[in-house]
Amino acid sequence: MPQYLLSVWFDEPYDDEIDLSAPETQRQMARTDELNAEMERAGAWVFAAGLRLASSATVVRASGSGDISMTDGPYAETKEQMGGLWIIEAADLDAALDWAAKATVACGQPIEVRPTHVP
Amino acid sequence: MSRDLAEIFRGEAGRCTATLIRILGDIDLAEDAVAEAFAIAAEQWPTKGVPPNPGGWITTTARNRAIDRLRRESTRTDRHLAALRLEGDGMPPERGPDRDLELDALDDFVDVVADDQLRLMFLCCHPALAADAQVALTLRLLGGLDTPEIARAFLVPEPTLAQRIVRAKRKLRDNHAPYRVPPAAELPDRLHAVLAAIYLIYTEGHTATTGDSLTRVDLSREAIRLARVLTELMPDEPEAVGLLALTLLSEARRPARTGPDGAMIRLADQDRTRWDRMLVAEGHTLVRACLRRDQPGPFQIQAAIAAVHADAATAAATDWTQIVALYDQLHAMRPHAVTALNRAVAIGEMQGATAGLDALDSLDVTPLEDYQPYHATRADLLARAGRRGQAVAAYDRAIELTANLTERHFLERQRKAAADLT
Repeated sequence: MPQYLLSVWFDEPYDDEIDLSAPETQRQMARTDELNAEMERAGAWVFAAGLRLASSATVVRASGSGDISMTDGPYAETKEQMGGLWIIEAADLDAALDWAAKATVACGQPIEVRPTHVP
Repeated sequence: MSRDLAEIFRGEAGRCTATLIRILGDIDLAEDAVAEAFAIAAEQWPTKGVPPNPGGWITTTARNRAIDRLRRESTRTDRHLAALRLEGDGMPPERGPDRDLELDALDDFVDVVADDQLRLMFLCCHPALAADAQVALTLRLLGGLDTPEIARAFLVPEPTLAQRIVRAKRKLRDNHAPYRVPPAAELPDRLHAVLAAIYLIYTEGHTATTGDSLTRVDLSREAIRLARVLTELMPDEPEAVGLLALTLLSEARRPARTGPDGAMIRLADQDRTRWDRMLVAEGHTLVRACLRRDQPGPFQIQAAIAAVHADAATAAATDWTQIVALYDQLHAMRPHAVTALNRAVAIGEMQGATAGLDALDSLDVTPLEDYQPYHATRADLLARAGRRGQAVAAYDRAIELTANLTERHFLERQRKAAADLT
């Protein structure tokens, strides 16, 4: 079955400490847990994770000569950053978009849907 | 291509392509097969005569050619049979161990299914595609227009348009977009996307956004044809009927929209005896059918507004009260700045230019600031209200915003008239 990446995007710098105890954040986390359970029941869930702050990222890169270099921070120097992701299995695009609609409601952020190469 | 063949092509290409996509599970393969079948037709029909069912002939020939090719090119067969693993009803079976057996099984799917064209409409207008891609794909796959024709119609460089179509097709394939009529729960939204795309094709033909000719008849005709096909396939969808009525009633005005010199004539100044009465009659019949059904929607209401205009023998005889009421209903249903603008125009007709300006000034005009008709409307109301300095400034802004030469000439004449009276 086709697989899709559903990535969760944050328009603001995904860089400030998120207050996990804030009521709205608590609600979003609870809704996301419910959605994960629903995806598992439907056989759609492959993987899901929330990501730590963008500033915690390191970019590792191999140069042509084989040297490995590292830079501090996320690869994309944009204010929009990925904050979480799902990998799901869905019969087709419309099914994947339905899950994305539920995902954006659950976590309150825009979701990018992107197909993987068929495994 | 001879004239006859070209006409058959225009009429049948969409239907044949739609069926071939279902049979083959691949848009490009289907397009190639249909093109090949038409090439064979162009060779054979002039001497052998046109077969009694040209569409069926093209579909069967295209299917046979595609299967021949799949049998010849085994690596491609693997690739395309992989693509055949599509979900949805009426689809070929899952891939079996015996390729020939599977190719034979395709025979069962060659029957032309009326729904095929509908599936293709929903596929081309998939909401995951941008509006310009939806329109280009619809014209290409359902309208049988080739890329240069579409590029010319939209005054887009050909490579840009070609890339737009290639990307859209690739996106649908990479994403495993299903080839089916959406289920009932999704139908209203999905149908709206189809209607909006067809209407966009119509309006582009009605007033070209750029260029020196006011109308591009081919696009309008194609949009009306598509709207007609849609109402035949979905007779129970009043909004589809509403769209057809709206396009017919707008199209009816075409002969009166330009003068002998090609200059634009606005609705108020049109010679209504030049309106196409056949189109008006058909539009009216459809609007009445919608009213009886009583499930109003935005396209039906816009069609009703066009019908009220068509009812008036002269501009002065227009029932503006009813038009304002219809705009109110439309705005309540789907609030839109352009609807509010049109409502203000109707108020201006009903209660005078000052009332129209008041209605205009009470709007949030932010979304209209780069919208040429807003400035042209405002200019006209200002001129009629005697505020000519402001009218000239508003005409200047409208002229700045139009890329259509005919429209520009019209606005320049209006501006001059307002300025001369200062």
